[in-house]
Amino acid sequence: MQPVSTNNSSVGVVSPQIAHFDTALTLKSGAVLPSYDLVYETYGTLNSDQSNAILVCHALSGNHHVAGLHAPEDKKPGWWDNMIGPGKPVDTNRFFVIGVNNLGGCHGSTGPASINPTTGQAFGSSFPLVTVEDWVESQALLADRLGIRQFAAIMGGSLGGMQVLHWSISYPERVRNCLVIASAPKLTAQNIAFNDVARQAILTDPDFHGGDFYAHHTHPRRGLRLARMLGHITYLSDDVMGSKFGRILRGSSFNYGYDVEFEIESYLRYQGDKFADSFDANTYLLMTKALDYFDPTHHHPEASLSAALKPALADFLVISFTTDWRFAPERSREIVKALLDNERNVSYAEIVSGHGHDAFLMPDAHYHALVRAYMERVAT
Amino acid sequence: MTRHDFQIISDWIQPNARVLDLGCGDGNLLKYLQNARQVRGYGVELADKNVLACVQNGVNVIQRDLEAGLAEFASDTFDYVVLSQTLQAMHHTEAIMREMLRVAREGIVTFPNFGYWKNRVQVLRGNMPVSPDIPYQWYNTPNVHLCTMHDFEALCDKLNIHIRERIVMTGGKRVSFLRNLTGSLAFYRFERNG
Repeated sequence: MQPVSTNNSSVGVVSPQIAHFDTALTLKSGAVLPSYDLVYETYGTLNSDQSNAILVCHALSGNHHVAGLHAPEDKKPGWWDNMIGPGKPVDTNRFFVIGVNNLGGCHGSTGPASINPTTGQAFGSSFPLVTVEDWVESQALLADRLGIRQFAAIMGGSLGGMQVLHWSISYPERVRNCLVIASAPKLTAQNIAFNDVARQAILTDPDFHGGDFYAHHTHPRRGLRLARMLGHITYLSDDVMGSKFGRILRGSSFNYGYDVEFEIESYLRYQGDKFADSFDANTYLLMTKALDYFDPTHHHPEASLSAALKPALADFLVISFTTDWRFAPERSREIVKALLDNERNVSYAEIVSGHGHDAFLMPDAHYHALVRAYMERVAT
Repeated sequence: MTRHDFQIISDWIQPNARVLDLGCGDGNLLKYLQNARQVRGYGVELADKNVLACVQNGVNVIQRDLEAGLAEFASDTFDYVVLSQTLQAMHHTEAIMREMLRVAREGIVTFPNFGYWKNRVQVLRGNMPVSPDIPYQWYNTPNVHLCTMHDFEALCDKLNIHIRERIVMTGGKRVSFLRNLTGSLAFYRFERNG
């Protein structure tokens, strides 16, 4: 792909590509996908010895569109456009960056809304649960296809960070550097609880139809909207909500009813609506479940993260954010401790930010300077 | 820190050792030790700009408040732990000394010697000392526990710490006569007793 530059620091207009796989993939659950598609985007140029490739793993509601625009008139660029581009912390003048939509996603890769070739109907409830491990497997197959034996770096935030961790364990020879940002080695009971409330909102929506809502030409909009509203609360900090919205009213006085009165209500409903219009409910269920399941120590003989990370060979940069209570700094420190126990090269930074979990997507100067400095090391 | 300071610390460290540098600043000491002694190590630092400088310097850095201890670091995992020009700025002095010898075989500490005669003169004149090694006014100093060499050695006694070597410098030159009086910067190398 030859991106057309719209400005100096953007990768410009990009188009997604599709990699079709005809070899069956056996998932962690035991289910088998006989064939599947992965949708991905690339930015920059792969060098002749294939040593400058960077894989970006997406979070819960993310996709392959990491940087640039799909059309010159697009208002919103890719989700990590402030991080990735020419001259940006992850400099596409030096690196070949790959964004991929995970299996089970709803942005082109094979997922619950895709047509099952054997039935001619959408997979719906028959689409198997996929895990972080399955995603890493499929990403490795995509890397094979692109001729990338070893990544210069694999990076991701939140659920993306979990994929990075698994890469380091599962394919230690295939990754030189790992950037694990606003992530955790596994979810806490509180995290799982939030996820389940979100799932219940979807599962109990009358339009859900057991996951086969496609056949009914509807979708569980209300449930998905509620799930996103709840999720959104947990991605922000109390401080940022307070400073952005406080108790500001839309009108001049209380209405003594249940319509939107406070600005925060308006904001959350808007975010929920927007999300419900663009995201697939089954994908949301599946991605939250993948989050819940991820635990490198599960079934590990020593049940310790240090033991689980023993195979890792990569160098690490681990970053957390002070007001992130969904993936708190303590969780990142668990990862750091396990890496220290294994004497890995690791640096850890705790960024002061008021933005909660969402901070990893924000253009904070210090955060970006750190990633930029680390990427200098990756490049040499 | 000057090259002389780096040199003294470096001379005490075996090649290929595992080193933890507490309050590592911009990481220049670790970088020096990586080049001069091929050490493997980590710096621990709190200040954002120093954490960034460490990453730029190509050294491993863990952002952490030393006052909270060294929980990430397992016992006996380092050959040396260095606390350079930081002891005097710590609140929990005893705790960090204990933590140092929990994680490492040997500790190396450097601090401005409050017993240096120029410091004493300033106190006699009625002022808190200001010098190249204590470059702060009383109201803006990060230092909370300034001590003399005698004081530090008494603390080591109390904590059952065996001092292996001590070097004293003034203005980048080593001094050996009446050290607690003539030395502005003290370097200690110590280990657990027994």
